[in-house]
Amino acid sequence: MEHIRTPKVEQVKLLDRFSNKSVIGTLHLTATHLIFVESNSTSAQEIWILHHHIASVEKLSLTTSGCPLLIQCRNFRLVHFVIPRERDCHDIYSSLLRLLRPVSYDELYAFSYNPKQNDQQREEGWQLIDLAAEFERMGVPCDQWQLTDVNREYKVCETYPRDLYVPITASKPIIVGSSKFRSKGRFPVLTYFYQEKKAAVCRCSQPLSGFSARCLEDEHMLQAISKSNHNSRYIYVMDTRPKLNALANRAAGKGYENEDNYSNIRFQFVGIENIHVMRGSLQKLLEVVGTRSLSMTDYLVGLENSGWLRHIKAIMDAAIFLAKAVTVEGASVLVHCSDGWDRTAQVCALGSLLMDPYYRTIKGFMVLIEKDWISFGHKFADRCDQLDPDPKEVSPIFTQFLECVWQLTEQFPQAFEFSEWFLIQIHEHVHSCQFGNFLGNSQRQREVLQLKERTYSLWAHLLSEKQNYLNPVYSPSFAESHPVLEPSTQACHFKFWRNMYHQYDRSMHPRQSILKQVLTFKESNRELEGTVQALKTKLQKFGVSTSPLKPQTPPRDRSLPLRPQSLILGAPLLSRKEVQQEEDEEVFGEEAREDAPASTDGERTVEGSSATENGYGELTGSFGSKNEPAVVTLEFGVARMTC
Amino acid sequence: MEFAELIKTPRVDGVVLHRPFMPTVEGTLCLTGHHLILSSRQDTTEELWLLHANIDSTEKRFVGSLGTIIVKCKDLRVIQLDIPGMEECLNIASSIEALSTLDSVSLMYPFFYRPLFEVIEDGWQSFVPEESFKDLESMTDEWRLSEVNKDFSLCPSYPSLLTVPKDIDDESLCKAASFRHGGRFPVLSYYHKKNAMVMMRAAQPLTGTNGRRCKEDEKLINATLCAGKRGYIIDTRTIAVAQQAKARGGGFEQEANYPQWRRIHKAIERSNVLQDSLIKLVEACNDQSHSMDRWLSKLEASNWQSNVKEILTTACLAAQCIDREGASVLVHGTEGTDSTLQVTSLAQIILDPACRTIRGFEALIEREWLQAGHPFQQRCAQSAYSNGKPRSEAPVFLLFLDCVWQILRQFPCSFQFNENLLIMLFEHAYASQFGTFLGNCVAERGKLQLSQKTVSLWSWVNRPQELERFLNPLYEPNNLVIWPSVAPQSLLLWEGVFLRWNRSTKCLDEAYQEMVHIIEYNKELQNKVNSLRRQLAQLETEDSPLQTP
Repeated sequence: MEHIRTPKVEQVKLLDRFSNKSVIGTLHLTATHLIFVESNSTSAQEIWILHHHIASVEKLSLTTSGCPLLIQCRNFRLVHFVIPRERDCHDIYSSLLRLLRPVSYDELYAFSYNPKQNDQQREEGWQLIDLAAEFERMGVPCDQWQLTDVNREYKVCETYPRDLYVPITASKPIIVGSSKFRSKGRFPVLTYFYQEKKAAVCRCSQPLSGFSARCLEDEHMLQAISKSNHNSRYIYVMDTRPKLNALANRAAGKGYENEDNYSNIRFQFVGIENIHVMRGSLQKLLEVVGTRSLSMTDYLVGLENSGWLRHIKAIMDAAIFLAKAVTVEGASVLVHCSDGWDRTAQVCALGSLLMDPYYRTIKGFMVLIEKDWISFGHKFADRCDQLDPDPKEVSPIFTQFLECVWQLTEQFPQAFEFSEWFLIQIHEHVHSCQFGNFLGNSQRQREVLQLKERTYSLWAHLLSEKQNYLNPVYSPSFAESHPVLEPSTQACHFKFWRNMYHQYDRSMHPRQSILKQVLTFKESNRELEGTVQALKTKLQKFGVSTSPLKPQTPPRDRSLPLRPQSLILGAPLLSRKEVQQEEDEEVFGEEAREDAPASTDGERTVEGSSATENGYGELTGSFGSKNEPAVVTLEFGVARMTC
Repeated sequence: MEFAELIKTPRVDGVVLHRPFMPTVEGTLCLTGHHLILSSRQDTTEELWLLHANIDSTEKRFVGSLGTIIVKCKDLRVIQLDIPGMEECLNIASSIEALSTLDSVSLMYPFFYRPLFEVIEDGWQSFVPEESFKDLESMTDEWRLSEVNKDFSLCPSYPSLLTVPKDIDDESLCKAASFRHGGRFPVLSYYHKKNAMVMMRAAQPLTGTNGRRCKEDEKLINATLCAGKRGYIIDTRTIAVAQQAKARGGGFEQEANYPQWRRIHKAIERSNVLQDSLIKLVEACNDQSHSMDRWLSKLEASNWQSNVKEILTTACLAAQCIDREGASVLVHGTEGTDSTLQVTSLAQIILDPACRTIRGFEALIEREWLQAGHPFQQRCAQSAYSNGKPRSEAPVFLLFLDCVWQILRQFPCSFQFNENLLIMLFEHAYASQFGTFLGNCVAERGKLQLSQKTVSLWSWVNRPQELERFLNPLYEPNNLVIWPSVAPQSLLLWEGVFLRWNRSTKCLDEAYQEMVHIIEYNKELQNKVNSLRRQLAQLETEDSPLQTP
């Protein structure tokens, strides 16, 4: 708290990003959040911004109405305040500068966040995802693959997890030898096992081959992987980098596998760009879509120039290549890039998701992230700028993965148990530092930080509000007819993910949400089934026999769950009238806007149906009222009770 | 003329049909006067029935004696027919060519088509101007129905009955007509009940270079203003284009002569530009070899999405003037038969909840497109694969449908109909067994005796069996004005039309079915609960006397 000089500023103006609209309110600064509360008593919108979400704060030069403060967030929110007095603005500015750059892990929100759970609940939360069980599900260990304890003490590879799976024929000397020949010691290990064809997906980092170096143990290692699969005489080695990048690495004593030295490998470059290109690409994309009064031409040209969708397609193409090699040819595949924790994670995770329907469920998706991203050492702390920022290390690698999954949900609406809302919520928390899962860069570091003892697991939290993330049209039988997804990779089938990159820009979204509507129907169905059941029981007491209800589901809690307020799911019900007005002030033409009459039409009601009717009454009531505890909303991304 | 003369080879065996995302079919190809038919003679395999009128262009290729005809349709589908035998192939190709480019309207299929269904409600009588005037009369008495154009001599492209301000006599209308392009003097398009503001449409005034004026025209449109109120004239052309029009006798309303009106210029493209845009867009969509950059740049270069945005923006502006500014609006471009109608009809969808029902939407198309004289026959003569010299083809109506789809996407619960209705209208505007979209105006349709000799599309669509397919399960009537977002990020490519034939929609269709199922199941459960409750209540009342003693 010592960093907060001015905890509260009144009469702050919040400017809308895309229109000329603005609202007045009070700005509060707490140890964890920046909060804006609109003064208007009827709608009283609140904006809660977690300090960890703030990517940059900018103080613009003084204007007649006050001092503008521009805050850009990692969840793509952009807020523009105008603070009446420059001194207040400066205080807020310098406090934020300090608060958004924590110097030690202990300062991260996760270490102070307390969702009022006891230790046992916390522990259970952490036990939800069990990777040993996951490998067992895949059928590992088996006669060809075994668990090795070589990295039990993190002695062979610091950035790998303790438990690693390798071919039975790979002896310890081979492993150790191979690891010495691989960048950061990241030797080839199993990440996914396709039981049907006994084909393995393995991952590693680039070999230290330089121009001519070779390593017999590493060659043996690949041989062992190859031999463990009797279905195929060869294995694919996918270097996910563009060839030029791989060539350049040779000069630094790194590089790629020489096909002459490795027997029976098929070597393939797939050309995904590096973290710096991806960072620049997202930056360009956000610049374009953040432009006010953007023309269609500038939008499409900007989209093209940013290269963002090209990169998304490249990742998807690579994952499809991987999935085809494994499922169609039955060949094992070894995937690497430079260090094997960015592009490799993207391709392995997405490829597995294409091959295995389990990863398309809510639980399975958590397992997938836990396995390919968290345990194998994707550097979340660096990539998401959690601590000690090095701007050159920040990159939206994980965001791209989530987007690829979203693109798939668009092509296969029934294949996923979760909706895009789940993806967006995960993205939110990767940056929020509210839960321990994504803190740090490796498992080892997480153990040192004692995250399991000191923080909570995001997965438990997400599962507790699972019904919000369900895809109402999900069909478990889809997995049987489509065990392997074969998406189209035609360019025209890739879309701009508006609900992610404009998640806080209300005016961009459909005003009514199909997802929300169908979810409501689905919940209502569940509730009605319960009612039918109860009524039948009562009737039976009168001796009336009734036919059993068709699709039996156990009667559940009657009340519909609280639905977090989300812009994606439609504008807030409460302030529909304001929304209606606000929308008028869009882009239809400057000419017609002068002296627009203030709308006072009493006849207007909430869009769609009334809030009480569709069960959102509670939410509507609670929204904006301060005494409502622990309502977690997408809008805020945090639990309220912590303040 | 006998169709038989054009059909040199009526039947070829062993023809192989290739269609995207469908298995190839081998069968017998038959040509009839109006259809290209492929039959595999197996009950299980689907046959191809293609209207010649749906064929936009054909290409032929030969490899040895195996000929291939690539048929490109107006609904944007591309199919390939492999025909054994060079002579047969050439004959088929030339027959298709001749049959798909028949000049005479009266030879079109609608004149030969006999419905296989019973016509319960004759669509030709479903939307007559007298009926819509009755609705208007119930709201206001400021307007009258004029018969001044009874014999179509005043304005050939207008219908015989027109809604005009009550205080303006027919004589003034005649003078105003002589001052407007094609005689299209200002008439009522829409009455906004909420604040009694109106939208009118017309063609450009014929001011010419010397600034002609017409008192009657001024009086006519001023009669729609309330005392002390100002109105807006939305000219769908840029000021530069409007200026140029003066040289050709056209022009725009001068401020000096129309002091109570404020003119706003927008930039909706003219029809030949739109046709070019469609051709480029479809070309981009059909090329599957694109890299991401090439696709985006071709999409951009087609300008299609820009056109959608501009039209939608102008419609929103018109709606905003009426609903928000409380002002009346006059919309026109040059002829008043294309961009004008896009704007007036879209504005009504935004403002008027009635237009978002199936019936209301049909009425809107009838009123604002068919009766208002959009030249369907000229505009829809060719579609995106036309390679001949462009005449007056233009996807004006398709753009309108695209804009409606955009609004539908943003307000998925506010429309009684779904995307299928829009796609169906697109198909039938270009090729149909029904007479509805034949001819260019009411006068022409009368001469062709369409209402006697052909079946109306609405007779078919409005049958309960057909309507089912077009109903939006999410619909909840909504009386509000719906303001769509026109930000480029909010406008999408209409995949249902433009990517329809180059993707498999199976997964999407199944997901849609699941959604329908969830909603239907909900209704079923509600009914069940209600009936059980009734049953229980009954039993309880019967039982209660027994329990009391």
